[in-house]
Amino acid sequence: MSAKKKTRPPNPAAAHGGADDDFRLAEPYAPAPEATDHARIAPAYGLFINGAFVSAASGKRFATVNPATEETLSEVAEAEPADVDKAVAAARKAFGPWNRLKASERGKYLFRIARLLQERAREFAVIESMDGGKPIRESRDFDVPQAAAHFFYHGGWADKLEYAFPGRKASPVGVAGQIIPWNFPLLMAAWKIAPALACGNTVVLKPAESTPLTALKLAELTADAGLPPGVVNIITGAGETGSALVNHPGIDKIAFTGSTEVGKQIQRAVAATGKRHTLELGGKAAHIIFEDAPLDQAVEGIVNGIFFNQGHVCCAGSRLLVQEGVAGTVVAKLRRRMETLVLGDPLDKNTDIGAINSRAQLERIEALVRAGVEEGARIHQSGQKLPEKGYWFRPTIFTETAQSHRITREEIFGPVLSIMTFRTPDEAIEKANNTPYGLSGGVWTDKGAKIFGVTGALRAGVLWANTFNKFDPTSPFGGYKESGLGREGGLHGLAAYVNLSR
Amino acid sequence: MARTTPKLPKSPTIDAVGLAERVARFKTRSIKMASKVSALRLALSMIDLTTLEGKDTPGKVRQLCRKAVCPDPADPSLPHVAAVCVYPTLVRVAKEALSGTEVRVASVATAFPSGQAEPGVRLDEIRYAVAEGADEIDMVISRGKFLCGEYAAVFDEIAACKEACGEAHLKVILETGELHTYDNVRHASDLAMEAGADFIKTSTGKVSPAATPEVTLVMLQAIQDFHARTGKMVGMKPAGGIRDAKTAVTFLVMVRETLGPAWLTPEWFRFGASTLTNDILMQLAKQRTGHYQSPLDFTND
Repeated sequence: MSAKKKTRPPNPAAAHGGADDDFRLAEPYAPAPEATDHARIAPAYGLFINGAFVSAASGKRFATVNPATEETLSEVAEAEPADVDKAVAAARKAFGPWNRLKASERGKYLFRIARLLQERAREFAVIESMDGGKPIRESRDFDVPQAAAHFFYHGGWADKLEYAFPGRKASPVGVAGQIIPWNFPLLMAAWKIAPALACGNTVVLKPAESTPLTALKLAELTADAGLPPGVVNIITGAGETGSALVNHPGIDKIAFTGSTEVGKQIQRAVAATGKRHTLELGGKAAHIIFEDAPLDQAVEGIVNGIFFNQGHVCCAGSRLLVQEGVAGTVVAKLRRRMETLVLGDPLDKNTDIGAINSRAQLERIEALVRAGVEEGARIHQSGQKLPEKGYWFRPTIFTETAQSHRITREEIFGPVLSIMTFRTPDEAIEKANNTPYGLSGGVWTDKGAKIFGVTGALRAGVLWANTFNKFDPTSPFGGYKESGLGREGGLHGLAAYVNLSR
Repeated sequence: MARTTPKLPKSPTIDAVGLAERVARFKTRSIKMASKVSALRLALSMIDLTTLEGKDTPGKVRQLCRKAVCPDPADPSLPHVAAVCVYPTLVRVAKEALSGTEVRVASVATAFPSGQAEPGVRLDEIRYAVAEGADEIDMVISRGKFLCGEYAAVFDEIAACKEACGEAHLKVILETGELHTYDNVRHASDLAMEAGADFIKTSTGKVSPAATPEVTLVMLQAIQDFHARTGKMVGMKPAGGIRDAKTAVTFLVMVRETLGPAWLTPEWFRFGASTLTNDILMQLAKQRTGHYQSPLDFTND
């Protein structure tokens, strides 16, 4: 007999009752919004200096908006050089006592902050999604738990530094100036503050101007944790505030996460000042899919690699390299999967793709996508309906791209993937390394030897095999080349916050 | 009967960690309100109400058939289930009890659940069940042969069963709990579909683990790939271990996002379950009345 299937008459049961007349799974899922009534956002926030909120000397304020609704959530103070002075002075004053505190006591404060973050996880997740546009599923399941994990992890190191650096004495650097981006506002604050405090430093942290709220909520939380005034100071403002912080003579160390362009400015500014610095900058990660990869899981990895947090991820897998034999299959599967992503209200528990963080970022993404089309790459976008208000961009992939296209060379920082094919592992490695960036990369293959062979040849600081965008406080994170210098997390991250002596 | 195995496309490998992550993400889908009610009604209409015990009697089967036609006497608007699944000797009883209704009769065959019988005996059992009136046959593959690498023999066995079924639909039970790896499940799924399966089914219900979401997702992805390659739709039946309505809804979400809404009918997706039915009825009553009813308010048949 033949294995060929014949068409069958429909099962009568299919036409019965609830089967097709009121069948809504063919339609979008019913709304499942996370409640917001428990999230307390003050109408205005001052600068958190010396354990209390104070107005900026100039009295200037600026609004922070919800990118999904374009509504103003709150107003925050704009710090100017006089305010930076005050914050640095507070941190300097607090440094001595904090540094002399018994190390296990410092650890206790970090554990307390971690536990309070867990207790208030829902509120932090909701505010993170409202201020930054990211899906509540991510802020709830990733950002907030990871932030707490960083405080727990570093709390553990506080009284064990002599084991972290055997045979050497670790002393704190002093006052750290820390500038963080808008893509993971709370998590980046945790990445910066936790290791600094564990090692006995005090900090002045500046969150990004479009997403200051969770850092300010964290400021409240440190006060609730009883952290001595001045150990953590949080000042808000845009580039000029950051510049004032970087150039302040009272700062011993700069930790910056953000664009490569600003990173270069900072490196020039601190040249010959003796200020230590770590820079975690842009990326254009190569994500390599070999023919023998587990393809369905690889497609999921691609989705997590480029559509996680709307692609606002410095280590996003934004350049996909697919071996020729499976390229058609992978692209077809990816396009199907893109259609199932739920785009919309970041507070809906089913949302996969939230709002683009700001109008400026949306315009940048749109400009680069236009350039991709003009340069001859083939665009495929998913068909989700976009909400009327707010900043949105559909999941987008480009096929038939070339190494010379802007969309392949420049960091887009949005849900936009450039896909190229390759024939041999050597070609994949060459293409993957052919970029000024070197933050992250990924390899999918069923062969262990190939994993080690290829990842060993990739010039990137973070590499994933058969997965993508996985993070852990124990794992050092940082880049090669123009993706930055220094590492955050793990032992290597601690090293950035101590001076070592014999 | 024997036929040469066609050149099958190589089955892709499965990464167990990535698979578990995908399943975890399906579980975070929050299905509420109208979506929940329609999903529960749909799940009810997809159930193969099953009794496969040595102690089964004609009376027990007749009671089950009544339940199949009218799952909740308190709510006649609910759909009937898709089929009643019994041993071959009870097919005639079920067929009579269900005459005049749209509920189908499915029968296990081929020396269910072990499959350890002479090939001719196994095929005769199919022919007997079909002659007794079975609309659908649930066969088991020879797991022993599959695990020895005798894939061609397994392919031939499924093709022969399909032939013996005639007009009856063939569901091929892989017994995934005995295949042990997702790579094996994927390969067995590909073999079964190439050999002519109308449905692929996870388990007999006699072996644990049975229909885990992970194993079901592997099979759904195999169906999707087969459809992309051949244009033919194949149905899916997870069976065993799906006991509550929430899990059933997660399975429907997996089907929707893996295969698409076209598969969300009893023609293409079934649940092999019995205790699931009453939990769905209880959840539907909760949606209707706002209160959970006592388990005693739902019939045990």
